[in-house]
Amino acid sequence: METNLTPLLPSAEVLLTALTVLLLDLFVGKGEKGILVWISLAGLALAGGMAVFLRGGQPGAFQTTILLDPFALFFTLLFLVAAALTILSSVQYIREAGIREGEFYVLILLSTFGMILMAAANDLILFFLGLETMSIAVYVLTGMWRERSRAAEAAMKYFLIGAFATGFLLYGIALIFGATGSTHLGRIAAVLTQPKGQGSIFLPAGVLLVLVGLAFKVAAVPFHFWVPDVYDGAPTPVSAFMAVAVKAAAFAGWARIFLFQLAPLQNEWTVLLKALAILTMTVGNVLAIAQSSVKRMLAYSSIAHAGYLLIAVVAGGAAGGQALLFYLLSYGAMTLGAFGVLTALKEGDKDGEAYGDFAGLGFRRPFLGMAMTLFMLSLAGFPPLTGFTGKFYLFRSAIVAGHVDLAIIGALNSLLSVFYYLRVIVMMYMEEGGVEGKPFARAPYLYLAIAVAVVGTVYLGVLPAPALDWSLKSFSSLR
Amino acid sequence: MKDLSLLVFLPTFGALALLLIPRRQTAALFKAALGVSLLAFCQSLWVLYRFDGDSAGMQLIERLRWIPAYGIEYAVGIDGLSVFLVLLTAFLVPIALLASWTIHERVKEYLFFVLLLETGMLGALVAVDLFLFYVFWEVMLVPMYFIIGVWGGQRRVYAAVKFVIYTMAGSLLMLVGIIFLATRNFQVTQSLTFDLLRIVNLHLPYNEQMWLFLAFALSFAIKVPLFPLHTWLPDAHVEAPTAGSVILAGVLLKMGTYGFLRFAIPLFPEAALAAAPVIIALAVIGIVYGAMVAMMQDDLKKLVAYSSVSHLGFVMLGLFAFNLQGVEGALYQMLNHGLSTGALFLIVGMIYERRHTRMIEDFGGLWKQMPIFSAFFLIVTFSSIGLPGLNGFVGEFLILLGAFQESPVWTALAASGVVLGAIYMLWMFRRVVFGPLDRPENQRLEDMNLREICMLAPIVALIFFMGVYPKPFLSRMKSSARLVLQRVESQRLAVPLIRSETVVEGKTARGN
Repeated sequence: METNLTPLLPSAEVLLTALTVLLLDLFVGKGEKGILVWISLAGLALAGGMAVFLRGGQPGAFQTTILLDPFALFFTLLFLVAAALTILSSVQYIREAGIREGEFYVLILLSTFGMILMAAANDLILFFLGLETMSIAVYVLTGMWRERSRAAEAAMKYFLIGAFATGFLLYGIALIFGATGSTHLGRIAAVLTQPKGQGSIFLPAGVLLVLVGLAFKVAAVPFHFWVPDVYDGAPTPVSAFMAVAVKAAAFAGWARIFLFQLAPLQNEWTVLLKALAILTMTVGNVLAIAQSSVKRMLAYSSIAHAGYLLIAVVAGGAAGGQALLFYLLSYGAMTLGAFGVLTALKEGDKDGEAYGDFAGLGFRRPFLGMAMTLFMLSLAGFPPLTGFTGKFYLFRSAIVAGHVDLAIIGALNSLLSVFYYLRVIVMMYMEEGGVEGKPFARAPYLYLAIAVAVVGTVYLGVLPAPALDWSLKSFSSLR
Repeated sequence: MKDLSLLVFLPTFGALALLLIPRRQTAALFKAALGVSLLAFCQSLWVLYRFDGDSAGMQLIERLRWIPAYGIEYAVGIDGLSVFLVLLTAFLVPIALLASWTIHERVKEYLFFVLLLETGMLGALVAVDLFLFYVFWEVMLVPMYFIIGVWGGQRRVYAAVKFVIYTMAGSLLMLVGIIFLATRNFQVTQSLTFDLLRIVNLHLPYNEQMWLFLAFALSFAIKVPLFPLHTWLPDAHVEAPTAGSVILAGVLLKMGTYGFLRFAIPLFPEAALAAAPVIIALAVIGIVYGAMVAMMQDDLKKLVAYSSVSHLGFVMLGLFAFNLQGVEGALYQMLNHGLSTGALFLIVGMIYERRHTRMIEDFGGLWKQMPIFSAFFLIVTFSSIGLPGLNGFVGEFLILLGAFQESPVWTALAASGVVLGAIYMLWMFRRVVFGPLDRPENQRLEDMNLREICMLAPIVALIFFMGVYPKPFLSRMKSSARLVLQRVESQRLAVPLIRSETVVEGKTARGN
């Protein structure tokens, strides 16, 4: 039988780049590691180009267990951009921290490979494979700053809890397989539409376990306890990568599995998910207010944003899917940017991450101050920035689906979040003093990454129409 | 880009152009910002010239598809309700910039935010699309937050954060309301739009109207501010720099009352009618309470801030009288308050800059040292208390006239606010300007300079003009105000009335 392998090309390209960088790293001298950055970026760009070129129309590889549908394309591009921005913003950081450069880029590329597989997988086993590839690479990334005990602790914690979550996921997949006789999502969905298909007790139990496994990965309350410590301990660019790309990958799974293939079971989990969404938003926001470190605040804020994203999952349907995808774009731009500014504040082996480190930043470093202000305002949901537009569609999807209460709770949560996001701005513009000296006076790559995030934050907010169309098309391409 | 868009975005372009000027050249920065704001004022005069005062509907409409998939448009227009508020905004910003000449730190950022704020205010006043309105509504918030928080007084951070949190609390619920309204409109009419002119024709059941009205009204009432939601106002006013206070009092507070008139009342007339007794009661409580608290203040700026609570209570009273006199009076009083309170804040700012104190007890006998200043101060004080012949009288008189037809008891109480207003303003004036010039610090005070005269002279000229010849203003407001009232009036006939006495008065009013 002829096997069509073309849908694999973009992910294969990323894998190939990873292996190339891994090999070259052995031969490149210590002072010339910069070339690895360019190779990584070129590889990512090439993969992106392939994905765009091959978009749609591909039948899918391995008996349609891997698809390169517009949905997968959407997430592939999101992952590639996030990975590229992460690499750009970490060049200087890892050099100063003494992290081995070659391995760092390799691991970023490998986890990106896993993510692409997750978004393209139409089969639970393949999804699981992608998830594990991604996770293991990120576990290592978390602990790569070996001199720092916090990093080791974070990596250990992340690994243990990640393994635990994987157990849930895998057991859930097993139960679903037992109930339906397949791990292929299309076939599972076909079983569901049969009148007797939903009779088994194993199916809801399996779905529930998969849901719990994914809830760990997106850091939904009450499965969030690892997040603050892990984000806090990891190198700042890795935290950004986790907050954006890992979360987006998990939500890709959420969209394909729950919002689409298992949508007939929606009534079974709506109440549960609604509670999860409300808890996640509220706990994330309330705890974020109490933080004294900006990095931990951003960690909790990422929990809160997972809660907002869950609103879209609860809402379901095309409106929910579209809102979910668009918000992932928005959230990606502003969160990568915010962590990027945080990266820029690092001094020596100390991350400049306390609120006090931001004091006076706005007038001393106008670009960083302006960028951070935009990211904070956007995260808090001020128009015309993308955080507002994203929330608008999230709330709208909830209202269209009849969950007005969810929209109101989401709005009140945004109010809570204003407290701590504004605190950063207060520090930057309304307090004097703070750290002296010029951290990262010359970090052109990092500044480029921040500038890209600024452009994304403003563009997606002011002219959201193309991205919205793209989100809708991607979601409704699911088959 | 046509008339209105040009007006709205001119300040933004100016703000961006400021970024090109080196930050050390503060004089050039100031002149550029002032020039831009004067250009915007000229443009607003052009808009007034093109405005047809006889027609009731939206004019000079511009539409651009913005997010077509959701029927969201960039749609702006102007009518009798907004035209003078637009003018007032464009008029006050150059004056506020003149008042900022004494700011020396971070001038570039300051001017940038003031111009951005102007775009936000003008945009909110001309937006016809609900989504667009919300965007501008929030865009106003951020520059003001910075103006208070960076260039404000001692407790500026507290005041700035309080200002933002209060405003956001209301507006986020309004956002949910806007989305819900558009969704309902789609369910009923099958057309996806956020266009106010189309959604206004949607008739919702009373129950839904009430919830939506509450969501909108909360947002606007916080901004007005309606008692008991006013507690952010004294903090924000006292801590803001002079220009911030002028713009806050002159324009931002009007956004609340304007929002009621433009959105909350026409969209949900039944609910507005049902809520009117409560709102009138709160407005009158605000009038009396604001006046009494103002009387007790020993800080000039706080006194003026609380007088705003009282004056805006009059505006709300006029709006919810739901008759032509009341609504026109309210619109007129919005302009008056913008002028007179704006001028009062300028005056307080002037003596604060000279003496670095705002305590009433630190002054006395300024008349001898600063005659020009005192003359201006006297006129503005009289305007604020509504002396006949000056603008304040026209507005308050119309409001009381309108409200009396609706509820005589509350109006009588409100009228006592006029008396109280005269008491606290004149008492304050006497303590500051008259009496012996016994403090040595005050004996060296300089009178107003040319720049300061340029700030106050146009305001005072308008105070006189609007006092003696209100017709050009009122006649342009009339048709649009009548249109809003027709919407309410049709509901008054349709639904059972809330109180029996309104039936009688309603009939007599129509009988006239």
